Amino acid sequence: MSEALEIIHRREWAIVVAALARAFGDLDLAEDSAAEAFASAVERWPRDGVPPNPGAWLMTVARNKALDRVRRESTRAARQRVAHETLQERSEVQMTAGPVADDRLRLLFTCCHPALAPDAQIALTLRLIGGLSTAEVARAFWTPEAAMVQRIGRAKRKISTAGIPYRVPSSAELPERLAGVLRVVYLIFREGYTPTTGARLVRAETCDEAIRLARLVVELLPEEPDAMGLLALLLLQNSRRDARVDDAGNMVLLDDQDRGRWDRAAIQEGSALARAALARGRSSYALQAAIAACHSEAPINWPAVAALYGELARLDPSPAVLLNRAVAVAEVDGPAAALAIVDSLLSTEAGAAMARASHQPHVARADFLRRLGRSDDAAAAYRLAAAMAPTDPERRFLSERARHLGPAY
Amino acid sequence: MKYAFLGYALPGALDGLTLVERAAWEADLAAFHAELGQRACVVHGAPLAESDTATTVRMDNGQASVVDGPFNGAGDLQAVLVIDVPDLDVALDLAKRSPAARIGSVEVRPLRPM
Repeated sequence: MSEALEIIHRREWAIVVAALARAFGDLDLAEDSAAEAFASAVERWPRDGVPPNPGAWLMTVARNKALDRVRRESTRAARQRVAHETLQERSEVQMTAGPVADDRLRLLFTCCHPALAPDAQIALTLRLIGGLSTAEVARAFWTPEAAMVQRIGRAKRKISTAGIPYRVPSSAELPERLAGVLRVVYLIFREGYTPTTGARLVRAETCDEAIRLARLVVELLPEEPDAMGLLALLLLQNSRRDARVDDAGNMVLLDDQDRGRWDRAAIQEGSALARAALARGRSSYALQAAIAACHSEAPINWPAVAALYGELARLDPSPAVLLNRAVAVAEVDGPAAALAIVDSLLSTEAGAAMARASHQPHVARADFLRRLGRSDDAAAAYRLAAAMAPTDPERRFLSERARHLGPAY
Repeated sequence: MKYAFLGYALPGALDGLTLVERAAWEADLAAFHAELGQRACVVHGAPLAESDTATTVRMDNGQASVVDGPFNGAGDLQAVLVIDVPDLDVALDLAKRSPAARIGSVEVRPLRPM
């Protein structure tokens, strides 16, 4: 596909699919007809030139393909025949001048409906809103294409058979349903952000796609601080993507990253969005974004980070958040206060579960104990952390620390 | 006395049949329905859509949560209720508020379109 066509595809795909889905009430028909319209464009535009209004051209062609198919397949459900009849009387202008934003929102909420499995929500969102081909969705999630075809097909069948509505949730349901949409976008981003050697290019595209989706949600729901916060968070995390992995494919810690490789424009946009989101509401994504913005500054404003983690911990008292808060508190109030936070966390059921599953609380404890001058306790904590470390470089680093502090038993 | 028949098919049981076997099974089904019709004993009958179109409502820490797929945990089937509402959101809202969900799970399964 040429670059111009790719840009048009990115902009128009969801608009066409969403309008057809509303008019025909059939996601399969909408997706297939939109795909056929774009295939016609690939064939005809290089020869005939790009039409003056490419979006309207695509919409007309896609609508005609859908009408042809409904005419051909007389077995389609009665409500489509009704849609067909009303559509025949509509002009192309009426078809494209509909509430475009509403159509895409409806489609987004349908793709992210809680009655669909999380995997299916992600796949449908990438296919129907993001416009990725099924093969691309499969590649992004390391899933065989045949399995992805099945997953998407099953999800679409469930939507039609189970009667999942095609609508924007009421204001009472909106917070919960929007949280579901944002979770899907965040999971897509996370899938791309986990560095995997040899697959970085595909992964970067997945991150970019998640950011495009987050932008779309902000465009469609401009007053939602959570959506704004998520976009800010993704921009800020993504700004460090290139510096996060060294040439050998190993992960580089924040302190050791080459700041010259950070994307300054993304940091600026993300920081401004984080401030705007926080001003509208102290949501979890907005707080996380503000923390990420602080980490992009030098020197880091630790009192601000500690205060933001404190606020985040009240919304989301998960062990990971509490542990990060302790790390920030260590920089502000010293290691004794931080150690007290971690030890009280580890005495809870969730904290103990984290201590069994992850080396991170042990790394934090070891660091606080070392700074308190409790060498033997610190060495023991480093040894425990080293034994649990998931990668060789981390294991080497932690064992080294333990050796410096005291004798092995 | 009233009885409810709850039919459980083995996974893929019908797909495993040859065309001839499948036609024979469907003919038997039609004959059985005809017999029930003659006896005039059916109060209500409803074929269900495939189990992978089901959604299950259950309690997680006192909060109703929605999960894709049929009920597959432990529990004793207590009641069958057929409702007619505009869409799945309305059905799930009712299921979440039902006392039945408070003591276990409610599987919300579409009926097969007749």
